[in-house]
Amino acid sequence: MHTILLSKIEVGSHLYVDLSESLHFHGETIFVSSLVVTFLTIFFLIGQSNLQRVPSGIQSVLEFLYLLVKDIAYSQLGPSFYSQFMPYITTIFFFILGSNWAGALVPWKLFELPEGELAAPTNDINTTACLAILTSLTYFSSGFRFKGIGYFKRYVKPSVFLLPINIIEDFTKPLSLNFRLFGNIVADELTVAVLCSLVPLIVPVPIMVLGLFAGSIQALIFATLSGAYIAEAIE
Amino acid sequence: MVDSIVAAASVIAAAFAVGFAGIGPGIGQGNAAGQAVEGIARQPEAEGKIRGTLLLSFAFMEALTIYGLVVALSLLFANPFV
Repeated sequence: MHTILLSKIEVGSHLYVDLSESLHFHGETIFVSSLVVTFLTIFFLIGQSNLQRVPSGIQSVLEFLYLLVKDIAYSQLGPSFYSQFMPYITTIFFFILGSNWAGALVPWKLFELPEGELAAPTNDINTTACLAILTSLTYFSSGFRFKGIGYFKRYVKPSVFLLPINIIEDFTKPLSLNFRLFGNIVADELTVAVLCSLVPLIVPVPIMVLGLFAGSIQALIFATLSGAYIAEAIE
Repeated sequence: MVDSIVAAASVIAAAFAVGFAGIGPGIGQGNAAGQAVEGIARQPEAEGKIRGTLLLSFAFMEALTIYGLVVALSLLFANPFV
């Protein structure tokens, strides 16, 4: 039987869901990430449903988040381009933030699975690889859209003999984005798991708080770097 | 026999990957934190900006260690040679 190989990198064991004979999914990753997407959608829909001139409650939280994300996009892309790429950067930022915090805040250990365990979706290298490839496609296509065929002049920009390095850079950018996010989240969850198996009381709590902090910083970094790569491509 | 040798070599390589990857970023983060403290001491009103930049650059440096960790994890849990 012919197998469609979408990706074949795995670290640890997963709950496999067979869609057909040649298509398998990591069940727990799909489940938690769809939960995160549902939660974010409901949160934003509720928040913007009843807008007041004087913000209160959930609306002021949303305005704070909007200013945060706008600041990221504005500082990377400048005044004339930031509004076009803000939706992408916002989506990336909130999905990663939601995923990281979903892994750290919800006590998934209470639910037993036959194989693998429920955790942050960014714990799976396929999720982070997908996000990194998305960023890479975005900067490539936007560079192509803004500059046409002249975009390829970038590859011989300082001088011609840097051509191989510039081409390699297109592959190392998504690779480093991918490994940075994946490694940070996995490192944090591994530390918490090891500490929980050694001392289950109180001691893991500071590491968990550090994990929350690291998760938000990683979301910020991913969004900032996406903005920086796009800005580099369109300028 | 060959498998066990490969497994032992992988474990040692994983230890080296994390250990050596920790050295450079450690030095770098120390330098950066020292300079940041110096900057804050010289100009206390710029503390917020310095802290933001410092955290961002910390995350970049930490990524280098994390690469070593990813290599170690893939050697331990997803080893292609065993």
